[in-house]
Amino acid sequence: MNPLRKRRLILISALVLGVGAATALALTALNENVNHFYSPSEVAAGKIAHGRTFRLGGVVLEGSPRREESTLKAHFVVTDRFANLPVEFEGILPDLFREGQSVIAVGMLNASGVFAAEEVLAKHDENYMPAEVKEAIDKGKARREAGAPEGAQP
Amino acid sequence: MLLRAFIPLGVFAAIGLVLWSGIGKNPQLLPSALLGKPAPAFAAKALHAPETEITSASLLGKPYLLNVFGSWCVSCRVEHPLLMEVERRGEITLVGLNWNDTREDATRWLAQFGDPYSQIIFDADGRIAIDFGVTGAPESFVISAEGRVLHKFVGPLTEDDIENKVKPLLAGQAL
Amino acid sequence: MMPELGQIALILALLLAIVQATVPLIGAHWRQPALMAVARPAAYGQFVFVLFAYGILTEAFVAQDFSIAYVAQNSNLALPWHYRFSAVWGAHEGSLLLWVLILSGWTVALAALSSRLPERFMARALAVLGIISIGFLAFTVLTSNPFERHVPPLADGNDLNPLLQDFGLIVHPPMLYMGYVGFAVAFAFAVAALIEGRVDRQWVRWSRPWTNVAWAFLTIGIALGSWWAYYELGWGGWWFWDPVENASFMPWLVGAALIHSQAVTEKRGTFAAWTLLLAICAFSLSLLGTFLVRSGVLTSVHAFASDPTRGIFILVFLVIVTGGALTLYAIRAPKLAAAPPVSLYSRESLLLLNNILLVTACAMVLIGTLYPLVAEALGWGKISVGPPYFGLMFFVLMAPLVWLIPFGPLTRWKGDSLPAVFLSLRTALALAALAAALVWIVERELPLKAVIGVCAGIWVIFGTLAFLLRRMRNAAPGRMLTAEMVGMSLAHIGVGIFVVGVVVTESLNVERDVRMQAGDMVEVAGYQVTLREVVRQDGPNFIADEGVFEIRQDGELMSTQHPQKRRYLRGQVMTEAALDAGFFADFYIAMGEPIGTGGAWAIRLYYKPMIRWVWLGALLMMAGGLVSATERRLRQTIVEREVVQSAPEQMPDALPERA
Repeated sequence: MNPLRKRRLILISALVLGVGAATALALTALNENVNHFYSPSEVAAGKIAHGRTFRLGGVVLEGSPRREESTLKAHFVVTDRFANLPVEFEGILPDLFREGQSVIAVGMLNASGVFAAEEVLAKHDENYMPAEVKEAIDKGKARREAGAPEGAQP
Repeated sequence: MLLRAFIPLGVFAAIGLVLWSGIGKNPQLLPSALLGKPAPAFAAKALHAPETEITSASLLGKPYLLNVFGSWCVSCRVEHPLLMEVERRGEITLVGLNWNDTREDATRWLAQFGDPYSQIIFDADGRIAIDFGVTGAPESFVISAEGRVLHKFVGPLTEDDIENKVKPLLAGQAL
Repeated sequence: MMPELGQIALILALLLAIVQATVPLIGAHWRQPALMAVARPAAYGQFVFVLFAYGILTEAFVAQDFSIAYVAQNSNLALPWHYRFSAVWGAHEGSLLLWVLILSGWTVALAALSSRLPERFMARALAVLGIISIGFLAFTVLTSNPFERHVPPLADGNDLNPLLQDFGLIVHPPMLYMGYVGFAVAFAFAVAALIEGRVDRQWVRWSRPWTNVAWAFLTIGIALGSWWAYYELGWGGWWFWDPVENASFMPWLVGAALIHSQAVTEKRGTFAAWTLLLAICAFSLSLLGTFLVRSGVLTSVHAFASDPTRGIFILVFLVIVTGGALTLYAIRAPKLAAAPPVSLYSRESLLLLNNILLVTACAMVLIGTLYPLVAEALGWGKISVGPPYFGLMFFVLMAPLVWLIPFGPLTRWKGDSLPAVFLSLRTALALAALAAALVWIVERELPLKAVIGVCAGIWVIFGTLAFLLRRMRNAAPGRMLTAEMVGMSLAHIGVGIFVVGVVVTESLNVERDVRMQAGDMVEVAGYQVTLREVVRQDGPNFIADEGVFEIRQDGELMSTQHPQKRRYLRGQVMTEAALDAGFFADFYIAMGEPIGTGGAWAIRLYYKPMIRWVWLGALLMMAGGLVSATERRLRQTIVEREVVQSAPEQMPDALPERA
């Protein structure tokens, strides 16, 4: 094989290897950083493995937010109107965080079944309910109407 | 060499498909699952008279436009003058669904901007809104005399909506 | 009456755009000069009508005509007059009209300044711009009319979101649009070239300044957005890999590759296929960005009002424009002349690597941004992609790129000796290592990864200086440094400064949420922050709780800061962070929320070292882009002797024989 051909072959092999490595790296990184979205009903139904970070979405239950006096810990309850999940968060809550408004929290369930949030998002317009939250609530409703007992707490 | 040149086009086609699928998920595009079906049953207190109860059954017999609003809702103010005008003309019955609000705020808001509603339901815990599939305000539902959902509007109502959509729908009903 | 005239003006502009898009194309095909000559007047006429319409909308805002729904939704009687001008592009319809205006403006500039380019080619290029104009004008007229009346007329409008009454946010969209639209010129040229079936180095040379300017505007637009998010949103971050941010970053990456690819094609006649493809992709990504932001397809911090009809329209437009261009590319590109072989180590191969890395980075960002959509379509549930994915991928791809930057300008075309080039850079490398060591001695807390990053950034700066020095020493006086070289150097140095800034701020920044009440002192990063008191402040349309903080270092008072928590009359709550900005570090205080009844507050304190270098780097990149656009050589017609086959020594930026 002439030298030009050989060089081309090396180049192409290097390229294919490089692309392969890059793709593998990309997919690994992607999968490790994907956050699933769940509603309180889905959490109550036991859908999530412990120790996995995920996004919890719903509406802040009216009357639930309270702060501890001496620390920065906040407690509130996220609901999809069918199931409630208590959340604790250390830090400052965003400006748009309000009772009755939709919220998304990122974190994981701790040993006592409370959602330990690392991040609380309520950055949207007041009128806006993220599509995910809406769909979760719809699904919960559909399940209730179908008579499924799981996760339903009227 | 020739086929390689089609790769960018292929990639773009895949992206286009992904984006297309994304649009379809938007709740506004999908027809309301309720269209043509009976409106969800509800029973709630009235806004102005907390002891009085309004039920979906009590509203049967006459078609009406159910308008979801809140004192916090900026876009509601955009359509509000139109609703006042509709009330003045007396052609359409307006029933308000006060959502995600407090009694004081809502009452104050109506006092400031006017009250076009013949009745207002106070949705204390948001259940009624969820049952209707409301994701934001303002939204409006045309409900027939038998209690069926004829149409759903998302966003502020316009003169065109009233003249060309609501009125023809209601014309097929007894007023 | 006037708004209706505005609507009519837009319709007339649309009609002219249709003429501009069709007649010259026919004329170019059948070689009819009369038909081709229609392009320029059509473009001018379109601009007049669009400007008129925009003027009417602006006047409506200034005069506060609330009979127009868009004006009512985006301003009110209390809006100060200088914000009325910027309120025009505060929401979807108005910002779209601004897009159209800028597009029309660039088309006019192109039409006016291109008299020396071949008529057939220009007719086609202007026609392509006409097609794009049709898309945007039709979109405006049919789905996003800013002149719709509000019946009955309102006496007062809604207030603007207070977030939007701010300098950074005002200037950010026009800068971005200048960038997006500017790429349309390169796109139009690429499509015209594909229709013709050949790439003429003359128009590539001519289009380089346009692309550089567009990229420069995009750079500053993105930097402004980042800076605004930092000081206004109260979270202390400057980049979130948010879908809307990614939407503007992708065209920037491809645009950077395009600039380099155009340089190669202009000087050497090679990389023609790359240049065409990159030109198509840069503008297509700009259109994609528009789609993502306005269609509500992705949940994002700052998406415009979502409307699926609009989403469908833009998607169809995207399919026609990009799909059409890529189809043309697939058919015509293989017919372009194949490139002559070059040595494994040469400037061409370095720039090829540059292109590949930048395009791959863009693809990684695109995958991460669209992945949630794919997952949903395939039923994998609702997911979101966390920032660490983007951060990791970007670092892996950009690190080799950054290290290679100094090699580029010092490597010759067609082939060079790597050891020789490395030798000429040895001083720069030594200095960079020395500087990094010094930095590490001064700042012991810097992790190893950051030290290497700082070394890389300084290496880029010194390596670029090495090139400049060599150039000044060896070239003939009077021809030492061209605008092109200065621009390139500025931009590369900007990259180096940016890298240093990012690496240091991400490794050493301190974020603390603490509970404080009057009299409390907290220690952060060697500074003592004391809360003196929290007072009540009244603003024109808000009530605020203001914290009075004193920042001390070693007992000495450095500054007093007054962050506020504002409650607007509409009910919205906003954080006005207090920034003690410095060249080497920022100190940032934000009021969180009141805790309990004793007057205690949750306070957020940030110490952000070298954060300003991030934007300084971006500023230098922008300056570099603008300076290189002034290069005189690019305005000269290519003369016969500058054809590719001539020896490299005759090229203006060739390096003399190495000693």
